[in-house]
Amino acid sequence: MLKPEDKIFKNLYNELGWEIDKAIKRNDWQDTKNIISKGREWIINEVKTSELRGRGGAGFSTGLKWSFAPKEVGSRPHYLVINADESEPGTCKDRDILRFEPQKLIEGCLIAGYAVNAHVCYIYIRGEYHNEGKRLQEAIDQAYKKNFLGKNACASGWDFDIHIHYGAGAYICGEETALLESMEGNKGQPRLKPPFPALVGLYGCPTIVNNVETIAVVPTILRRGGKWFASIGKPKNTGTKIFCISGNVNSPCNVEEEMGIPLRELIDKYAGGVVGGWENLQAVIPGGSSMPLLSKKICDTITMDFDSLIKNQSGLGTAGIVVINKNQDIVSCMARIARFYKHESCGQCTPCREGAGWMWRILDRVAKRKATYSDIDLLSDVTKQIEGHTICAFGEGSAWPVQGLLRHFRKEVESRCREEPLIKKKIDNPYLVDQHLLENENA
Amino acid sequence: MTLKQVHSEQPKEFKFSNENLDKAEEILKRYPEKNRKSAVMPFLYLAQRQNNNWIPLAAMKYIAKYLSMPYISVYEIATFYTMYNLAPVGKYFVQVCTTSPCLIQGADKIVKLCKEKISPNENKISKNGNCSWVEVECLGACVSGPVIQINDDYYEDLDEKNTIEIIDSLIKDKPLQPGSYRGRKSTAPEKKQLENGKNHA
Repeated sequence: MLKPEDKIFKNLYNELGWEIDKAIKRNDWQDTKNIISKGREWIINEVKTSELRGRGGAGFSTGLKWSFAPKEVGSRPHYLVINADESEPGTCKDRDILRFEPQKLIEGCLIAGYAVNAHVCYIYIRGEYHNEGKRLQEAIDQAYKKNFLGKNACASGWDFDIHIHYGAGAYICGEETALLESMEGNKGQPRLKPPFPALVGLYGCPTIVNNVETIAVVPTILRRGGKWFASIGKPKNTGTKIFCISGNVNSPCNVEEEMGIPLRELIDKYAGGVVGGWENLQAVIPGGSSMPLLSKKICDTITMDFDSLIKNQSGLGTAGIVVINKNQDIVSCMARIARFYKHESCGQCTPCREGAGWMWRILDRVAKRKATYSDIDLLSDVTKQIEGHTICAFGEGSAWPVQGLLRHFRKEVESRCREEPLIKKKIDNPYLVDQHLLENENA
Repeated sequence: MTLKQVHSEQPKEFKFSNENLDKAEEILKRYPEKNRKSAVMPFLYLAQRQNNNWIPLAAMKYIAKYLSMPYISVYEIATFYTMYNLAPVGKYFVQVCTTSPCLIQGADKIVKLCKEKISPNENKISKNGNCSWVEVECLGACVSGPVIQINDDYYEDLDEKNTIEIIDSLIKDKPLQPGSYRGRKSTAPEKKQLENGKNHA
């Protein structure tokens, strides 16, 4: 249970006002000059001490990531890029930070920019967040007016500029290299790694890409000390995290809590419980749609942090919790998620581009009770063929939820299948995109 | 990747208005001199806003010339990203989020209403020419679901009754205010909680 004074995002619900004057009253921009004057080494070490792990899904150590940037600026400038392309289904934490706590993000950008030797920062916001982007621009303008940004930002001797770049509705641009491609004016298709963006990133220059929430907590960590942050939560899974609880709960909400809080406590205490009571719970997707779902039995005891979820063959991801109760059809739910991945695949790697469609079509067939038993093994095989055979983690992201479904709900899936294929007529069609649709007409 | 159709009737010419030319120069300043190409996405947005929310081929050619990049690269980008409309849409462009979190909170009912009230098919403009609708993937406001986006604004916490009101107001050309339709100002846990979710759509 997080103490109120340990909350980092005090204005998560906009009760105190987002404007810069009100933010300064909440201690934003306090001592920023002092923090910067302590030097890069100190900042990076303090972030390492805090054991802050990236909040964008992968959970990589932030301090370590920053230390990968070259220590000296060579012939190429360094860049800082903030990933605000929040499109993981079930996640809406960055939206609230952009709307209500923009100064935390801006201050974090300045400090992080200084720590990685970057004079320019780009914030990549998803195109749908038009109003949130406008709000952030207003906040940036207010910061410029107070000389917190621009030449000699915050009297620290460091020149720093922030620009906003809007995406245009591509989920894949949340992947860091796809985001960089998109910023360079190309299609958002991920790049092969290595080289990692820390060495060859935006315009071929060293670039550090961080999530909004990661950067927004940095100023508070540095003000209160890495040890303070590390004392919250569990070892290796430290600090606070914004959880987004949506789906079949009585009061869907965003809430900042400490890492390692039991899932049941989150749902019962903040989200008003599962619709129809805890016994009515069917499954929970713990970290945005890319993470495999958890069955009720696991949900009874699970705590929400990176490591304990990995132990249960899932992951914390972005901490977008989607609660599914027994009134929902779990197969159609997952079929919808598979459709999402089919729609959003960038089309670069064959296993993902084709496999995502296969998974959707098979799951759709299962949902409509038209699949055969052999389809289940086929489906399981397809997920294995995608996983690990693609350039970026989208492949895993699309395959894991289906694997989770098969792991926990295989009986449910089997109960909808039939022995014999529905169609026995052979169809002579040279190019079958949506074969099952054609089959319906022939059935 | 989405299936997108380029509109059959295309205007012959396109040019940024003077106001947009100024904006374009402002945008170019954000990126390094030799990376003018980065401005292609903001430019496509400018073109889309200038041309009633859709991008004609002439605009792509114009932008390609402006940024000295091949026309096909601009075309590639305009077709890759879903938010660039390549055919006319209604004055009120309704985007219904139907990804799982919204779906289990009742987005399918909103889709049904759109089919009844606006047009049976996606991307087809309604009879009086004011609205068109489309199903989109996650809009990133999952705790306020079901959500629809009308042009730039989010309409949150919907149920069937107020969706009907919103769509009717669009058809009458007097759109209702965006925001939460359960009176929420933010994503805080609600004091007055729903009883067994009966207020959901």
